[in-house]
This record gives sequence, structure tokens and C-alpha cells, in this order.
Amino acid sequence: MITSALRRELRILVRAKGSVINPLAFLLLSTMLFVIAAPALVDEASNRPSTLAAGILWTLVLLTQLLALDSMYRRDFDSGVLEQTLLNAQVPFVAVLIRILMQWLSTGFIIALCSPLLGIALGIAPKALLITLFSMLLGTPALSLLGSIGASVTVGFNRGGIILALLVLPLFLPTLIFGADMINAAQLGGSIMPQVYALGLISLISLAIAPFATLAGLRISLEMQ
Amino acid sequence: MVSEALKRLWHKLGSPRWFFALTTPWVTGLGCAALILLLWGTVWGLAFAPADYQQGNSFRIMYVHVPAAMLAQSLYIGMGVAGFVGLVWRMKLADVAISASLPLGMLVTALALFSGSVWGAPTWGSWWEWDGRTVSTLVLFFLYVGIFALREAILDSTLRARASALIAMVGTINIPIIKYSVEWWNTLHQPASFSLTEKPAMPSEMWLPLLVMALGFYCFAAFVVLLRMRAEILQREMHARWVMQWITERRVA
Repeated sequence: MITSALRRELRILVRAKGSVINPLAFLLLSTMLFVIAAPALVDEASNRPSTLAAGILWTLVLLTQLLALDSMYRRDFDSGVLEQTLLNAQVPFVAVLIRILMQWLSTGFIIALCSPLLGIALGIAPKALLITLFSMLLGTPALSLLGSIGASVTVGFNRGGIILALLVLPLFLPTLIFGADMINAAQLGGSIMPQVYALGLISLISLAIAPFATLAGLRISLEMQ
Repeated sequence: MVSEALKRLWHKLGSPRWFFALTTPWVTGLGCAALILLLWGTVWGLAFAPADYQQGNSFRIMYVHVPAAMLAQSLYIGMGVAGFVGLVWRMKLADVAISASLPLGMLVTALALFSGSVWGAPTWGSWWEWDGRTVSTLVLFFLYVGIFALREAILDSTLRARASALIAMVGTINIPIIKYSVEWWNTLHQPASFSLTEKPAMPSEMWLPLLVMALGFYCFAAFVVLLRMRAEILQREMHARWVMQWITERRVA
């Protein structure tokens, strides 16, 4: 059952390229807008490490993830696949976990791989670029996991986007703080271990809560139809 | 023996009617307690407590600010606990409690932010500082706003109850994480140039009125939440016979 669910999700991931390309394009575009709107950001960074850049990068990742989350359960919800999955799955919990994993692979993981490039664009010090990638890999799972809770509750609404943002953005705050701080610590040459532990802890706590809360949220939304 | 009694109480709590009857005598008592404590605390704190040797008289806004901030957190955690009870035992009263505490919680959080801002103006020299605790209170306010928006968006009352219970629970689990992360962020980025912790511990003439005020705030909150819960129960059970009876009895009296 698990393998067939995994295979289905992977096939969707390969076929629906938009779910991978669109968020990434949005992130690149908004980063470009930032660099054009504030050229001083990059100029100053060439002289000394800029602590602004890490915060901006993480904020943009948060917003990209938020936009991508809105469609996380939408298609399966509208077509009735979601209802069937939850009814038929022996362990609905695992089905939800696989969906979250795929959402992370299509957004957070790809974003993490591209983050050094975005870091260069925003003027993050070269020695911190690898840490940028590492902080994204550690932090973005928490975004997909916590975001999944909000997406599951709002999937039944016609225009749930703004409510999703209100529900989820406050929960994203800890990830933003430690993610940006880890990059800054690397730029300034300090130890990054506290941030590594904190991000890992946040992602693990999210992993403990999210599948159950998402399942409860999806059941509520299915009754709303 | 005790566990039996508790179990019976727990089952009775499932009935809004029983809760309504139980709490009828509490309302006046809580209201009076709140009034007396708040008056006593206000007069004591504003007129008789000694002025602070550093902050002069401006510290007296503490008597509103600290209880408001305490209550803001307690009400949200209370909502999270009610949400847990509502989701696990499907208790109707839990959603009544959430809907009764939500507006009060939002107002009290706003009051804590506003009074903190007013206190900050003379003490820190600015109306708004991105201080760790200020930010975590602001986030708390947004957590309230999120549940409020969610409740507005769902029309069906059972589903609204379950959705807001779920989100209140998730929020409550995240409150400590948010609090510690914001405090971490603050200590790294902003040296505590205006730390209140450096002054010596308060003398008892200063913190006793604060205790009275805090008790008064909690009694007031219990009073308001109880009144709103009772009104909500009457509205939800409008067509039940006991409500009709209660109304006619009141008319006769």
C-alpha cells in the first residue's frame, strides 16, 4: 500500500511539472525584484557580510511556501481522490505523511538546492553559501509539515488563501528566526550548532504533530463539502 | 471515591443544561469579586504604592499591563485545553468556552500591547520596541486573529467547533516554541539597553497590589466568559424545554 501510494505521488510529481516549476519561478522572480528595488543591499554586501540578505531570503522562501501550500490538497480534494484515500487506506496517517513528503520534495527540497544561487544574488558571503543550503534543508520540512495543517483545514474554502496565511505564518516564525540566524552566524564566523539543534527540533516537533492534525483537518474539510 | 465523583462531574459537564444550572449562583459572586478586587487593587496601586526610584510614577501602568499580559496567554492556553476536550470527548461545552473566550482574549492581548506601548514611551523612550516579549505578544494576537478568521469562514457550527478546536490546540503547542525563539532572536540582535531586570526585586508594597489586580483580572475574565457561555448556551438550546421553563420562571419572578 505504501509503495503504491508512493509510486502514485511520484508519478504526479513528474507529470505535473508546474507544482515544482511555479514556486521556484516565483521565488526567483521575487528575489530579482528585491535586488532591483534595493541595489544597495548587494553593494554593501561586497564590503562586509550583510545580515539583511539571510532574513530576506528566508522571508521569500516562507512566502513561496505559503503560495504553494494553497494547492497542496486542492486537486485531490476536488476530484474526490482524497476522500477515497482516507476511506480505503489501512493507515490514513501514512497516506498523509507521503503527501507531505512529496509537497516538501517539490518545493522545500528544490528551493534548498537553489538557495546558494539565490544567496549569491542577494549578496550572502561565499563561505556561508553551503550553510544556506543546509539551513534550508533543515528548516523547510517544518514549513511543509506545519503548513499542511493549515492547508487541510482551509482546503474546503473557496478563497482560503488569506486565512491559510493568517493561520500558518505565526507558526513559521521560529523557523524563520533560526534559519536566518544560522546563515548569519556562518557569515560572521560563529558556531552554527545551536541553530542546527533548534531547526532540527522544530522540524521534529512538527513531524510529531502534523500528520495527526492534518488528518483531523482533512476529515473536517471533507464533511464541509 | 474521589475518582467516582470526578467521573460523575465529567459526565455531567457534557450537558449544557446542567452547566447552566450549576453556574447560576456563581455569576453574581464572580462579578462582585472582580469589582471589589479591581477597585481595591487600582486604588492601592495608583494612590498608595510607593513610587519607583528609577521610573517614578510611570511604573504604575504595570498594574494593568502585567495582569493583561498574563491573562492574554492564559485565555489562549485555556482555549487550547478546551479544544483538546472538544476534539477528544466531543463535548459541546468546549466550543461554547472557545467562542466565549476568543473575543475577550483578543481584547486583552490588544490591551497588553497598548499598555506596554504607553509604558515604553517614558521608560524606553519609544512607543514601540521590537523587544522579544513584545513580539511574542504580537504573535499571540495574530494567533487569536487566525482562529477568529477561521470561525468567521465556516458556517456549519459542528465543523466550526472542530476546526477551531484543532487550530487552538496546534497554536497552544507552538506557543512555547515561538516564545523561546523570539527571545533568542532578541538577545542576539538587540542588546538589552533598557532592561527592567536589572533593578532590584520589587518591595512587597509594590507587588501586593499587583497580586490583587491579577486576581481581579482573572475574576473579571471568569465573569465575562461565564456570562458569554451562558448566553451562548441559551441561544443554542433556544428550542429546548428547559430554556422555555427558565424564561417563564424569570418572567414570573
